[in-house]
Amino acid sequence: MQLDEFFVTGEPLIYGGMVSIALVTIAILFILTYFKKWGWLWREWLTTVDHKKIGVMYILSALAMLFRGGVDAMMMRVQLAFPNMNFLNAQHYDEIFTTHGTVMIIFMAMPFLIGLMNIVVPLQIGARDFAFPYLNALSFWSFLFGAMLFNISFVIGGSPDAGWTSYTPLAGAAMSPGPGQNFYLMGLQLSGIGTLATGINLMVTILKMRAPKMKMFQMPIFTWSTLITSFIIVFAFPILTVALALMTLDRIFGAQFFTLTGEGMPMMWANLFWMWGHPEVYIVILPAFGIFSEVICTFARKQLFGYKAMVWAIILIAGLSFVVWVHHFFTMGAGAFVNSVFSISTMLIAVPTGVKIFNWLGTLYKSKIKNTVAMMWALAFIPSFVIGGVTGVMLGMASADYQFHNTYFLVAHFHYVLIAGTVFACFSGLVFWYPKMFGHKLNERIGKWSFWFFVIGFHVCFFPQYFVGLDGMPRRVFTIIPEWMPLNIISTIGAFGMGIGFAIFVFCILYSYRYSEREKSGDSWDDGRTLEWATPTPVPFYNFATLPEIDSQDAYVKLKEEGRTTFEEDKLEPIHMPNNTGQPIIMMAFLFFASFGLVFEWMWMAIAFLIGGLIMMVVRSFDYDEGYHVEVDEIKRIERSARGL
Amino acid sequence: MKSMKQLMKKGLALVPLSLVLFLSGCELAVLDPKGPVAQTQYDLIMYSIIFMLFIVVVVFGAFAFMVIRYRENRPGRKESDYDPHMHGNNLIEIVWTVIPFVIVIALSIPTVDSLFELEKPPEATAGEEQKEPLVIYATTADWKWFFSYPEENIETVNYLHIPTDRPIEFKLSSADAMTALWIPRLGGQKYNMAGMENTLYLQADEEGVYDGRNSNFNGEGFTKQTFEVYAESEEDYDSWVEETQSSAPELTQEEYDELLKPGLTVEAEYSSTHLEFVDHGTNDGRDYAIERHYDLYGDLMHLYSDQEAEDFMDEENDDDHESSVE
Repeated sequence: MQLDEFFVTGEPLIYGGMVSIALVTIAILFILTYFKKWGWLWREWLTTVDHKKIGVMYILSALAMLFRGGVDAMMMRVQLAFPNMNFLNAQHYDEIFTTHGTVMIIFMAMPFLIGLMNIVVPLQIGARDFAFPYLNALSFWSFLFGAMLFNISFVIGGSPDAGWTSYTPLAGAAMSPGPGQNFYLMGLQLSGIGTLATGINLMVTILKMRAPKMKMFQMPIFTWSTLITSFIIVFAFPILTVALALMTLDRIFGAQFFTLTGEGMPMMWANLFWMWGHPEVYIVILPAFGIFSEVICTFARKQLFGYKAMVWAIILIAGLSFVVWVHHFFTMGAGAFVNSVFSISTMLIAVPTGVKIFNWLGTLYKSKIKNTVAMMWALAFIPSFVIGGVTGVMLGMASADYQFHNTYFLVAHFHYVLIAGTVFACFSGLVFWYPKMFGHKLNERIGKWSFWFFVIGFHVCFFPQYFVGLDGMPRRVFTIIPEWMPLNIISTIGAFGMGIGFAIFVFCILYSYRYSEREKSGDSWDDGRTLEWATPTPVPFYNFATLPEIDSQDAYVKLKEEGRTTFEEDKLEPIHMPNNTGQPIIMMAFLFFASFGLVFEWMWMAIAFLIGGLIMMVVRSFDYDEGYHVEVDEIKRIERSARGL
Repeated sequence: MKSMKQLMKKGLALVPLSLVLFLSGCELAVLDPKGPVAQTQYDLIMYSIIFMLFIVVVVFGAFAFMVIRYRENRPGRKESDYDPHMHGNNLIEIVWTVIPFVIVIALSIPTVDSLFELEKPPEATAGEEQKEPLVIYATTADWKWFFSYPEENIETVNYLHIPTDRPIEFKLSSADAMTALWIPRLGGQKYNMAGMENTLYLQADEEGVYDGRNSNFNGEGFTKQTFEVYAESEEDYDSWVEETQSSAPELTQEEYDELLKPGLTVEAEYSSTHLEFVDHGTNDGRDYAIERHYDLYGDLMHLYSDQEAEDFMDEENDDDHESSVE
């Protein structure tokens, strides 16, 4: 292979990308060396098994991915607003919408939410870490290496270009030769390991490690949504794993599962993909619902309205999410009966979702709304999501969907649910739990500017897309006819509004790091309702010195009423904690290089590093590290200083 | 911040206004039906929009009420406006579960009804005789359309003529990637897949030229994979058929194989159909194009938005020329 086949050549934009990657890498290496931070980085972060630190790393990576996916989005919007400027050609545009979709769903939305779950869930249920801290670190590194593998494709080897759905036969070896599509397969496969492991980890953590006497129906709603999400992950991700493996066999080893030749079944891919893909969209929306519930309760200063109904609604949505996948291809010609069944199951999802919307409104009834940035994101979610929801029902009506399918009407719909749902929740949750993570709040005034830019930009960007879709503009076109021009220009203006909103948000993080007042109390918002606010800030690495017995839904409200804390000196006992370990990052680095070898079909490389990965697994199997105990005296010292006693 | 909020409110007020403007204008392709299939779908969409607007109004109204009335610093807040221990209310929760359920039922019935209706040729309007559907095989190959009229024994590339007031029975299939036939003003889309045959009924009631396209992404030339539908009176259609039969050349297998190569091409017509050599909608025909052109799918066209198919063809020819000189 020649060097010019290895690196992507011929595009000024991509050369720009290469230069900036090189510069940023050099800058990071320089800073780490100059300030002698390598040891610190290794000890504190790369080898950590602390769920809070892993969560922070998830969120930072997800923000970087949001930036990357956002840049992709901006480039698409520029191309569609000025199609005759020849900013992007067809091929480049195809690559960009493919990476935009994949990055946003797999490497932004999911990791962001998993990051928040990492930090918050153990704190909410009174656990000292995940059930399997080592596995948790493994999950993170699998995600990060998978994401990196996918992201380098645009400078090395070429990006995938068959859409984030990667439909066969288009994505097969015949019609998409070269490494591009392999990056998609291996990147998703590698990060999928981590997602599945996290699902299992969270499930066990929530089922087995709750504070004494905390019943299932006393768990905070975010924990509930996380539990249900883990079930969806555990049932849905194996489908993706198998589908990806089959397509990898097709592309790299000449199998014929999804090919046109050799009696393959290309349409089976669409089925398998969406049997995972539809539950997947609930994986990114249910935790968002959980976050909104927490934020709304806290700043409405009121108990959640209809807690049990909320929980059952989540369970029902999760169940239904597995029986609606055909609505992604009503137009495949499965016949009127099949389409009728899936139409009705799809529309039924509107019922529990509607119940949730009304329950949030019920929570606001007779409340005392404090207008913080976190609350504003949660409030903006309700009307925005309703627009996305009702258009979703319209798409669910199969015979009407024949006219909506694959148009900008669909594009507008899923951005309305995914941005107003998931992205608003990410911002809301991050602002809400930020003091718990970093010991200071984000600046509220700057946060409000970022909120307004982003939310107004969002509506300006996506609302017109419903209409341009009804006018017959299909998704994934790289140039448009003059009739669609005005609405597309409005969309692009909105997209830049969102971009400015994001930039202000990043500025807000930097500004607050420098200027925000450091937190003194653990209950940062004064209205915390759940156990995470019972811990001091910064949270000690063992989370809870003593675990309180829980007998109500809003555990911390009760503790505050009774004047109890999570530091009862007479009940202190040594705390068993896991040791840091460098194994997860090394194991996943091996698998990263093995995947890289497979992408380029360099078998020697794939096999060598796969063996390396297997050796690491053997090493782990014979690893009898039992962790260590934190002594009572040390706990006393840490808690006293953290609580200012 | 105050002024921003007022701005936002003004913006929100404009939303329904723009909605009304757009919908009443009816310039939007999907909302401008020119045949019975599109009409059925239009009616269903309009029916559903009424329910959706109702839901939006109710939720937005309730939301605005809550947010304005229960904010902490509203002047004139009373002690009774705050009840932190309210945990639910069974009656009202049942009510707001049942209402969406009823709405779903109200939407399901016409959906299912129309789904079965769309699987059959559209019925003639009362008082007119039911005409036999005109069968057209619509086949795609990267990135072009072949329309074969087996009864008339003619074939067109990238355009088609249809008679008005007569159901058209499209037999959809693809020579390679999955695509979809979509003519928004005549009705919704269905997929074209290699090795399978889908049937899609459409019909034009009004004469005119309608835009049609492939609406399912299938690679670099996807955006340009469009065609025009000439819907004309029975007589005009018949004379077009006759003219094509007499003046157009026959389609040879060699030429057809050449056309199947991935790339863009201009409109053309033939006085025979490719169905004589291959039907891509059958299991035997599914790998016909791949077998012949396996190595060509990876080549890039370097397609820019201002390039027309014709320019592109010229460029291709130049390339051929250059390579032969070398």
